[in-house]
Amino acid sequence: MTALIVNALCKSFGGLRVTSDVNLTVEPGERRLIIGPNGAGKTTLFNLITGEIAPDSGSVLLFDHDITRVPSHRRAHLGMARTYQIITLFPQDTILRNVTLALLGLSPLRWSPFIDIEKQHHLMEGARAALARVGLEPMAHRPMSDTSYGERRRVEIAMALAQEPKLLLLDEPYAGLSIDERRDVQQLLQKIPRDVTIVMIEHNMDVALDFADRITLLHFGEVIVEGTRSEVVDDPRTREVYLGH
Amino acid sequence: MSRVEPRHIAIAVALVLLLTLPAWVANSYYINIASQILLFAVFALALNVLVGYGGLVSLGHAGLLAIAGYAGALMLQNGYGHFAADMSAIVVTLAASAVFAVLALRSTGIGFLMITLALGQIAWGIAYRWASLTNGDNGVNVSTRPAPFGLSLSGANAFYFATLLCFLLAVLTMWVFVRSPFGASLRGTRDQARRMNALGYHVWLIRFVAFLFSGFWTAVAGLLFIYYNQFISPQVAALTGSAEVLLMVISGGTATLLGPIVGAAIVVIMKNVVSAYIERWNLVLGVLFVLIITFMPEGLVPGSVRLWRWGRARLRQRRAGWAAKPAGERGR
Repeated sequence: MTALIVNALCKSFGGLRVTSDVNLTVEPGERRLIIGPNGAGKTTLFNLITGEIAPDSGSVLLFDHDITRVPSHRRAHLGMARTYQIITLFPQDTILRNVTLALLGLSPLRWSPFIDIEKQHHLMEGARAALARVGLEPMAHRPMSDTSYGERRRVEIAMALAQEPKLLLLDEPYAGLSIDERRDVQQLLQKIPRDVTIVMIEHNMDVALDFADRITLLHFGEVIVEGTRSEVVDDPRTREVYLGH
Repeated sequence: MSRVEPRHIAIAVALVLLLTLPAWVANSYYINIASQILLFAVFALALNVLVGYGGLVSLGHAGLLAIAGYAGALMLQNGYGHFAADMSAIVVTLAASAVFAVLALRSTGIGFLMITLALGQIAWGIAYRWASLTNGDNGVNVSTRPAPFGLSLSGANAFYFATLLCFLLAVLTMWVFVRSPFGASLRGTRDQARRMNALGYHVWLIRFVAFLFSGFWTAVAGLLFIYYNQFISPQVAALTGSAEVLLMVISGGTATLLGPIVGAAIVVIMKNVVSAYIERWNLVLGVLFVLIITFMPEGLVPGSVRLWRWGRARLRQRRAGWAAKPAGERGR
């Protein structure tokens, strides 16, 4: 069984080819790093995998199940979760409510117009447990607007983890963080058990290098190099993409 | 809820006042105005589901109100009983809401607003032009008010209590809805539709169901409207009607329970009471809205809460400053 297969995926926006015949095979439990300079098509690839945009051709398989035509909101129910590079949270709610919404997304209760959320103890406990995993439980009731950028990043991750995904897609989880905050997030990600497969986008190579089992280098929508950490780092094409000579 | 908070007392007082209104307001003119406020409050609460909690600004709700009104009035005119007429009106309005929703939810923001506006205008056009069905500009008369369980609603007081009952039911369902997971889902789609989708929510379907919920209470308001006026004309479906109810929601405060009620009260009082003294009452209403938008852009209810808190904090500060001063300096 393979966690994620991306098969000859193509996407163009007008005349611009943003994803060009991309193939990707990620094994269960693997930590895959996708790197590439700005505009390499990393986030577009994520959007194709999660189904937020539809590919022109090619297919996506999640645990050997073809999900190319599955609507994106269904994919969360199949065990796929993601975080966003640009933090996408519910600013008017508390931290706890944000995580509760993540849990509710997979629960049939989400359609109920009658019950009181605050009284759904298993939901609230689940949300607290997810917050405990990222060390934010003590401030669960703080409104989102009173949190720091680093805390918001951790809420993003807590929301994804709360859904207990099989495949976790992290879009630049270190973006905009201070060195201390970066270390916190790094430790947090290292603690995620291996039954979760992780694909991580990172623009900056050195912060995420230790984390990865295998690395894929994207450039202009194409896979340039793929291999283990040392293979990719030592490859002359990597240097060319990053340094331009 | 063992603790009695000021808000519980306020709710209890409001309830008692509403329930005893006919006892201390003898003039049936004012009782009728109270009925009008309550029925428009139901309408505004219905629209607030979309505008406030869904972030979907509809400018076609008067069209839906008129569809409910016409469906009920035409059924009655054709000899059907009140129960059959009311049920058909609700079913027809729900169907119309579904059509509105399917067309308008292809878009959000301005797109949604323009499509609902167009659909509302179509409803108005049908009411005005399809004379063989709707009697055109002459409108449709509703000769009798219903008498549920043998209680005739023809008097002002009886009708007031019936309207109050519908109003309280509307408030109660809204109150439950806001706290429910579905209410939270709808607010989530307003704030971060993309994220909600990625979290596994069917964003379109949530908005669609919310539209039907709004449509249901619009239908109830429409029926109250025809029974109150005992008449309906194309004027009800006009764009000004849609704008008026939207102003009720926005001026009172979107995404609050009390806001649309206060907004409905302001507009109805302006229309009925102020217009008796000032011919250009529209101007007064306009100035009032400009003042609200200028000083309380979030609406009258949230704005007043903000000012109240601010005032209380200031008062506390001054008291603390007073107490902290040495005794000799006091009173200077």
